[in-house]
Amino acid sequence: MKLPAALRLSPALAPYVFISPFLLLFAVFGVFPLCFSLYLAFQSWEPTSGLEAMQYVGLDNFAFALQDPWFWKSLGNTAWLAAASGVPQHLVAIPLAVFIHNRFHRLRNGVVGAWFMPYITSTVAIAILFSSLFSTDFGLVNQALQALGRLPLLGWLVPAEPIDWLNDPDRIKPAIAIIVFWRYVGFNLVLYLAALQTIPQDLYEAATMDGASRLQQFLFITLPSLKPMVFFGVTLSVIGGLQLFEEPFILTGGRGGSDQAGMTTAIYLYRMAFDFNDFGAASAMSWLLFVVVALLTWLTNKAFADRARR
Amino acid sequence: MPHQPRWNRAARAVAWAWSAALAAAALPAAAQQVLTVAAYPAVDAIVRSAIPRWRQLHPAVDIQVVSRQFADHHTAMTTALSTSVHLPDVMALEVGYLGRFAQGGGLDDLAAAPYDIARFRAQWVPYAYQQATNRRGQVVAAPTDIGPGTLLYRADVLAQAGVSEADLTRSWDSYVACGARIKAATGAYLVAHARDMKDIVIRTGIQPGEGLYFDAQSRVLVNSPRFVRAFNLAREVRRQKLDAKVGAWTHDWSEGFKRGSIATQMTGAWLAGHLNNWLAPQTSGRWRAAPLPEGAMAAYGGTFFAIPRLAPAARKPLAWQFIQLMTLDREVQLGAFKSQDAFPALLAAQDDGFFEQPIAFLGGQPARVAWRAAARRIAAVDVHKQDAFAAEVIDTELDLVLDRGKPVATALADAERLLQQRARR
Repeated sequence: MKLPAALRLSPALAPYVFISPFLLLFAVFGVFPLCFSLYLAFQSWEPTSGLEAMQYVGLDNFAFALQDPWFWKSLGNTAWLAAASGVPQHLVAIPLAVFIHNRFHRLRNGVVGAWFMPYITSTVAIAILFSSLFSTDFGLVNQALQALGRLPLLGWLVPAEPIDWLNDPDRIKPAIAIIVFWRYVGFNLVLYLAALQTIPQDLYEAATMDGASRLQQFLFITLPSLKPMVFFGVTLSVIGGLQLFEEPFILTGGRGGSDQAGMTTAIYLYRMAFDFNDFGAASAMSWLLFVVVALLTWLTNKAFADRARR
Repeated sequence: MPHQPRWNRAARAVAWAWSAALAAAALPAAAQQVLTVAAYPAVDAIVRSAIPRWRQLHPAVDIQVVSRQFADHHTAMTTALSTSVHLPDVMALEVGYLGRFAQGGGLDDLAAAPYDIARFRAQWVPYAYQQATNRRGQVVAAPTDIGPGTLLYRADVLAQAGVSEADLTRSWDSYVACGARIKAATGAYLVAHARDMKDIVIRTGIQPGEGLYFDAQSRVLVNSPRFVRAFNLAREVRRQKLDAKVGAWTHDWSEGFKRGSIATQMTGAWLAGHLNNWLAPQTSGRWRAAPLPEGAMAAYGGTFFAIPRLAPAARKPLAWQFIQLMTLDREVQLGAFKSQDAFPALLAAQDDGFFEQPIAFLGGQPARVAWRAAARRIAAVDVHKQDAFAAEVIDTELDLVLDRGKPVATALADAERLLQQRARR
């Protein structure tokens, strides 16, 4: 059946119709919140009074955020967690990828899948599991440590009392960093495995004929060849690390932990908005966080570019 | 049929799909009137159980319950009020959020016409009505359930340590001293967290016109004797290792109750029901309820129903009738108490014989009588829009005192300074 001409799409319009669902969704869920948050950053707003309750306050929210000791504290926590969970991800994922690439053939997909599994598991399930594992009196982590302490010569390594992982401000950051590391190391592993497959085998064969050891091949062929992927992975880690929210939020019951040692900037600005009803300050903080993310991403880019030029 | 390129057919399909979606959105609403009630567990179950009674009174009006988890519900209500989109006709609010919501102008003033809620004031527990009243004198919600404070304790653990209820509740100092005896004799902790003690002690001795953290002129009150005492007592509890260092509703908290490693818990009366139903049912008969130490009076939780200012005006009379059913109908209130342990705010419901009945979980103790008496003596505390932030600041400074040995005076001075920055935001 032939449609009337009025209902037919012209070839000129067809691409726009095809792309319209994406554009509409992106406008609603991407562009609008971005613009609204920027607008909010210059307003004072009691949200439960409705949109008409907004009042323009200029740069007050930014000034307040920059003078707020808790904002700086949250930035410090975020930087600590991003470094402590991010750096080991790459230090472990690169040699692990090389090992799996070289040693596993038939079992390779299964091994990679096992490492990747935490990345696709629900954050809520992970946080509940780890809050149980890190339980002071009933958790497996402390029980394992105590069992370790009972072994000859290892007793001095383990504290006499169970470690209060989730309430002691000195322990909660390492606990969160361990979870984030465990969750994302598999993702980086997949990135590096993909990159390893692009390195020509000829290079290794030539190096072997020239008498290069395995370590030399790793240092002078593998690592330089992985550099673009390292840059990509590190950039993702920087951005993801600075936006860390779910794991510490659930693990600390949404509060940030004792002395707010686990309160990241993303958690703080969420709480500013939804717990403390200060959407203006929360929006200003989110833009300040954006500036930090952009700056560090630029620095990462510059660091890798400089090395390439050398 | 002439050949058409595949992409052209697909493009037309997308266009038709959009048209169909738009047409569906434009369909007229069903003729039957529907009242939307937004609630969280277990208020949602209470609302659903009241629907048959509602249908007897209003056969042509359906009740649609929009249920979300506790925090999600209040976030959704904040969003709905801020944007005036998807507003329910009636929203349930927990007292911790009510204070914040009451400061804005998003809820109808039920004291004004046509509601005139003041005519029902004498029918509810006094403090509950006062909690719903903001500093402008507006009453933004009607109380449905309350949480009179009580001290739940493990009778078997106390007996093992040779501690009596009178020793435990005589004063805060004797409470701590009993904790040391319990720990020495049984190894059980006195409380889940030292913070729990601070939360009660700061509520004692509040002067008229004062809030918990701010007075009516937004002056900060945290550097005062009640906070000093609360911090010192909490520090003493921690120094003697009498608290399990676990927060409420955590895995360790419920495990502590199951295993008897937490001997007491200061809480709302409703926790006895939660312990019985799912937290630690295997400990039935071993718990007892006592008044809070030193005669302290406090409320833990409570639920209110409110009408959003920008909800459809045509349904507001029905919404108000629904709220009256939920908060002023004796049978509905009693039914909620019996099925969900929602302690009734309605005084008429508190005269039922059910209150005198023994509670098996509490070893046959008729504890509801004592809770009823406590509920009538609790005084409402003025709320301030920065209360949630102030609570966080105080908890953080207490963490520093307990975990880092920060002097109490310095901690409270730091808290005062931080709150002064926020008080007028």
